[in-house]
Amino acid sequence: MSTAIRVDGLSKSYRIARALKRQPYRTLQEEVIALPRTLWKRARGKSEMLETFWALSDVTFDVNEGEVIGIIGRNGAGKSTLLKILSRITEPTHGRAEIYGRVGALLEVGTGFHPELTGRENIFLSGAILGMRRTEIARRFDEIVSFAEVEQFIDTPTKRYSSGMYTRLAFAVAAHLEPEILLVDEVLAVGDSAFQKKCLGKMEDVAGHGRTVFFVSHNTQAVRQLCNRCILLEHGRVVSDAPTDVALAIYNQRLREMRVDAETGINNPENRRGSGAIRFTGVSVEDLNGEERYGFKMGETVRFRLSYQLNEPMRGVAIVVALRSGLSREIVTSARHVVTGDQLPAGSRGCVVIDLPEIYIRPGEYPLYLHIAEAVPTKTNYDVLDDLTPPLVIGAGGRRMHPNFDPAQPLGVFSIPSRMTVVESIGETAQTNHETKVNV
Amino acid sequence: MSATAASSSGTDQTIRRPTVVIEPTRGWAAIDFRELWTYRDLLMILAARDVKLRYKQTALGVAWVVIQPLIAALIFTVMFGRFAKLPSNGQPYIVFVFAAVALWNYFAAVLQRAGNSLITDSRLITKVYFPRLAIPLGSTFSALIDLAVALAVLAVLMGIYGISPTWRILTLPLWIALAAVIATGVSLWLSALNVRYRDFVHAMPFLLQVWMLASPVAYGAAIVPERWRLLYGLNPAVAFLEGARWAVLGASSITTGIVVVAVLFAIVVFVGGAFFFRRVERSFADTV
Repeated sequence: MSTAIRVDGLSKSYRIARALKRQPYRTLQEEVIALPRTLWKRARGKSEMLETFWALSDVTFDVNEGEVIGIIGRNGAGKSTLLKILSRITEPTHGRAEIYGRVGALLEVGTGFHPELTGRENIFLSGAILGMRRTEIARRFDEIVSFAEVEQFIDTPTKRYSSGMYTRLAFAVAAHLEPEILLVDEVLAVGDSAFQKKCLGKMEDVAGHGRTVFFVSHNTQAVRQLCNRCILLEHGRVVSDAPTDVALAIYNQRLREMRVDAETGINNPENRRGSGAIRFTGVSVEDLNGEERYGFKMGETVRFRLSYQLNEPMRGVAIVVALRSGLSREIVTSARHVVTGDQLPAGSRGCVVIDLPEIYIRPGEYPLYLHIAEAVPTKTNYDVLDDLTPPLVIGAGGRRMHPNFDPAQPLGVFSIPSRMTVVESIGETAQTNHETKVNV
Repeated sequence: MSATAASSSGTDQTIRRPTVVIEPTRGWAAIDFRELWTYRDLLMILAARDVKLRYKQTALGVAWVVIQPLIAALIFTVMFGRFAKLPSNGQPYIVFVFAAVALWNYFAAVLQRAGNSLITDSRLITKVYFPRLAIPLGSTFSALIDLAVALAVLAVLMGIYGISPTWRILTLPLWIALAAVIATGVSLWLSALNVRYRDFVHAMPFLLQVWMLASPVAYGAAIVPERWRLLYGLNPAVAFLEGARWAVLGASSITTGIVVVAVLFAIVVFVGGAFFFRRVERSFADTV
């Protein structure tokens, strides 16, 4: 098997002083005023005062042709930076990467789409930007249009499209790119679940044709479904390069080892946000025996043990525990509990236990969303932990399985009681009424 | 970024060479014309997008391309030709002025669009790879459409005033090329600088206004006193504006000296701009 991507000692640094302490771009005036100081510093060799942040350091791996490889890791682990280097959007600071074959990069859905242009014009524009030749796009035009199911609206400006049509068209262009190596970033994070299924299906299709797929995601469920091998990144370094099961186990282990307290992920607004008037100081998920774990079987009780502390006085405390879909990241269910409605002074703390008894959620991975605020519903976020803990993993085969539940056909999220009555069944057999009753 | 394009040589694995090598680039890099050529479709589609977008949802649509220079030329004719009685080498003032306005509008349009182009298309830059040069170059080509329309109007004006073209009209493409190279060269600098210093967003309208006043658009270069003529010729726009007048009307105060200065300027600013652009484009995605 021959190599598709060879990455050797790839590193990328950003200078923090320029990125954080100063504005990302300066006006000419600032530059001119700063010039004497800059020159002085440089002359004295003090330019290293700038803090260097290594988004990637010494990353080395090989990808073989036809492999579907997942890159996993928490936010800020360097996944996107790696993808940006491989797709040549930005340059590495050190190291080298060799790519054998035509690359198609899908870093977002609808790259280059312009809302004022018609569907037809956008197909050509986006196709050309993604690296297709004009003749190639023309040849596949009809296919793209029918895949996107927008035949009627092909000469309408895309700003008049529904968001569903827009995403379908955008994805259709990318799906017909036919690269030898496909680099994909969290495209699955957008769109409805039907669309995401289509995306995953197309990617499996691409992989099935012996092409290489390089899939960056923290959607572990999608990674599990698609990839046979995973690279786990942490702080810009390769922590594990192993078969998906092994890499994901290590990933989840690492997540579990990380204790959530008032400071965890505080600099990462995607995972932790809020004013900070109140903070979760401890989060754990456990079973009824008090043993901490994130894997449960259908029908088991999931217990959340949550502690908090107030930094400012508040009118009561309410906590929301919610489960997101592992695929679409939509919230699929939530529970809100008011701890107290009383006025509380700053410095107050507490600890509560919230049970989700006999959880009849279908097997899958469910990232957790935890929210704490005043008892009076307000628009303000106080502390939100969004996908900061490991996801809840629900497995089949609990104590009391539904008789009509087939784990091989896990459609939907919930198992709800259902009942069938055959009203009429015409055939050669005698007419008898069947009644099947299902109890939860 | 150094990208070595090599045709993947069949299935033989032992001599297979990478399609792309990604390494940090050091120092100066020249334009990779071969790569630019493989992306020629993108260049044309970007130019076409510019043209289409400009007149979307406008009532008059492409008529703007005609109205704009025509009204400007009319005002110049009334103010400078009628009232100020500036010389036009014995030609109808409106034709005399329109020839220059058409070319100047092209020049200004390239600078204006290209100067801001990298910011406008920042989403592309951060999401997909292609030669970044395609973005400002797209403006160079898209503005040509407007110029073509303006030249058609010029032809009509010449017909109305009974001016028949001579062999000199054949040199018109050369003057247009000169304007294009200078405009592109300058906009390579401006667009690249604009990524880091947003000052140029504010400087651009001002720069264009001052530059137009200092160039023979509304008036002929003939009104500049002889002893200042060479200094005046240091403005590279003088060459292609007066050159266009010479090509169309045969009457102009253009000299070889002025043309040589402008051509040298064009080469220096274009080559310099290209190297500068290539040097800073590596950090576009991180800065923009």
